[in-house]
Amino acid sequence: MYRHTIKSKVYQFADLKDLLAKASPCRSGDELAGVCAATYEERVAAQITLADVPLKTFLNEVVIPYEKDEITRLIIDTHNTEAFEPISHLTVGDFCDWLLSDHTTTETLQQISAGITPEMAAAVSKLMRNQDLIAVAKKCEVVTRFRNTIGLTGHFSTRLQPNHPTDNPKGVAASIIDGLLYGSGDAVIGINPATDSPAAVANLLNLIDTLRQQFDIPTQSCVLSHITTTIQLINEGAPVDLCFQSIAGTEKTNSSFGIDMALLDEAYAATLSLNRGTVGNNVMYFETGQGSSLSANANFGVDQQTCEARAYAVARKYNPLLVNTVVGFIGPEYLYDGKQIIRAALEDHFCGKLLGLSMGVDVCYTNHAEADQDDMDNLLTLLGVAGCSFIMGVPGSDDIMLNYQSTSFHDALYLRKVLGLRPAPEFELWLMKQGIIDDKGNLLSVNAAHGLLGGKG
Amino acid sequence: MKKVIKSAEQLIALQEFTAARIAIGRAGTSIPLKQSLAFKLAHAHARDAVYSELDITCLTDQLKQFDLPVLHLHSMAGYREQYLQRPDFGRKLNEESILHLADHTQANDIAIIIADGLSATAINSNVIGLLEVLIPTLRSAGLKLADITLVEQGRVAIGDEIASALNAKLSLILIGERPGLSSADSIGAYLTYAPIPGLTDESRNCISNIRPKGLSYKQASKKIFYLVQEAFRRKLSGVELKDNAGLLGE
Repeated sequence: MYRHTIKSKVYQFADLKDLLAKASPCRSGDELAGVCAATYEERVAAQITLADVPLKTFLNEVVIPYEKDEITRLIIDTHNTEAFEPISHLTVGDFCDWLLSDHTTTETLQQISAGITPEMAAAVSKLMRNQDLIAVAKKCEVVTRFRNTIGLTGHFSTRLQPNHPTDNPKGVAASIIDGLLYGSGDAVIGINPATDSPAAVANLLNLIDTLRQQFDIPTQSCVLSHITTTIQLINEGAPVDLCFQSIAGTEKTNSSFGIDMALLDEAYAATLSLNRGTVGNNVMYFETGQGSSLSANANFGVDQQTCEARAYAVARKYNPLLVNTVVGFIGPEYLYDGKQIIRAALEDHFCGKLLGLSMGVDVCYTNHAEADQDDMDNLLTLLGVAGCSFIMGVPGSDDIMLNYQSTSFHDALYLRKVLGLRPAPEFELWLMKQGIIDDKGNLLSVNAAHGLLGGKG
Repeated sequence: MKKVIKSAEQLIALQEFTAARIAIGRAGTSIPLKQSLAFKLAHAHARDAVYSELDITCLTDQLKQFDLPVLHLHSMAGYREQYLQRPDFGRKLNEESILHLADHTQANDIAIIIADGLSATAINSNVIGLLEVLIPTLRSAGLKLADITLVEQGRVAIGDEIASALNAKLSLILIGERPGLSSADSIGAYLTYAPIPGLTDESRNCISNIRPKGLSYKQASKKIFYLVQEAFRRKLSGVELKDNAGLLGE
């Protein structure tokens, strides 16, 4: 039981789970779940109370029982006490100030990363303002490699997302070529397939792989099929670079996705065995998003942001090349408007980076959310400042397969221009060699003779 | 100096293969204004559809041609903002509506429920056209239709509560789908055999994208009729009925 008194009014919080939920900034999903604070005052009371909770408490009091949930077991059993030592005496509130301190550098954050549990990260994020989430995330540097290097400070990558409602190969290829000519695709060329049939997925994998080899593009491909489909395709010899899976922060949610950690272990081992990376071997690509546990009726009274942070414990077990929080896809019953989407994205990016993940954000919204392109521009810019590793690149922001709006190829160019950010180094060199950008990173106009347009170069 | 840099001709030619917004050129590195405004207009149509309302008077009038009583109902979601944030409210009738249905106990085969969903525009534009094909087909198969219900602030699952109250063997809800940038007027049709409150998606079959430029009234009606017949023959709906979805091919 946690309590705090404000002007003779006593606020009581049943347990850590309740305290975290009530301390969470307002969002529709927590209201829907019935776990959020009832008043503005109660929320701040919870935040004041949470600030006084020692970080050590999080190692003794779990939000979902150890016996019931394999992610709780993962978090507790793999906690790195040595990395935790330097912050072990802090409360959540102290931790907030410590993270913001000038003495806490990129190196310090890398050293303690394995000592932070998802719940600690979630807790401190609830006390932070947006600018704090940005300032600390900016200090984190998480670098991963496959055929290029993602996450270096001063660099900013994109997933080229050339989806097509019927997986038409020519339609997909058209979007890929369009994207490459806008300098998109260094994080991955990743397709959401319209069907999960192994044959259809294999066709798409072969399509990207052929193009990649023909033009010697230093990037990686992925078709975002279910992990069981990917394992089957690996066994059949398909050209799988990255293994994709949607993951969440409770065992029961993952079970609704048809996965558990044993299956992830199997897929990770299978993908690693292919040894297709050239500069590194980070082979996993995960997607997450606040609200998925409530949506699967598997949140156990835990607020949606804490559930989300717990998904990052699953992710970091597998040294992923990329983790993408698809923040605005889930809809207004979880994140109602631009304000809530922006807040959630900054929280996810902060928590992911703090926990040592190569974090990207699908800056996106659906047509029934109270959001528009201006909100996305704001978020995109904030994420660029925060050092976000990658965003999506969708032709004209309009994903015609998933029916939502994400970031365009142009959006990434805007961000690179205003913030002086550059693509992954290997990919940047390739863009120059192809005559797509000049040596200052400015986009060039390619002519009809360009190889990607079918010319002879 | 040209202000807008056009994409290469070869790239523009690839627009033939996809509806994606490829080859839109650039102004500096940004999307040219013309394209930007086209996008905004599409989004505006979608937003207007989300906030559109059922034209109850006009729909009630047009529904008279089917010689069935038309009942006007409302979910527990009082207004649109609440509807968007509380899907659980949209799945249940408000008290007044429950009372309204209390004396409808005569047995029926099918209850047709019309709900705004996320696009009342879709219903206002397309539901009469669809029913003009569908209702005669159902009647010609000897199926007895319950009163038609018009539901405001409704979600898919509310159809089962209504059909159950109307003592119907099957619920068929026609509901406005979430608008996309390319279409703001699609109807989705969901059917449940032996409907009772509290069922979830796996108990239902869905036919999506019903609109003149998508799945036509005639095609949609044919698919719905097929599913209705199969549901009555096998006495079930949902995932197990879906197993035969191959038969639904175009």
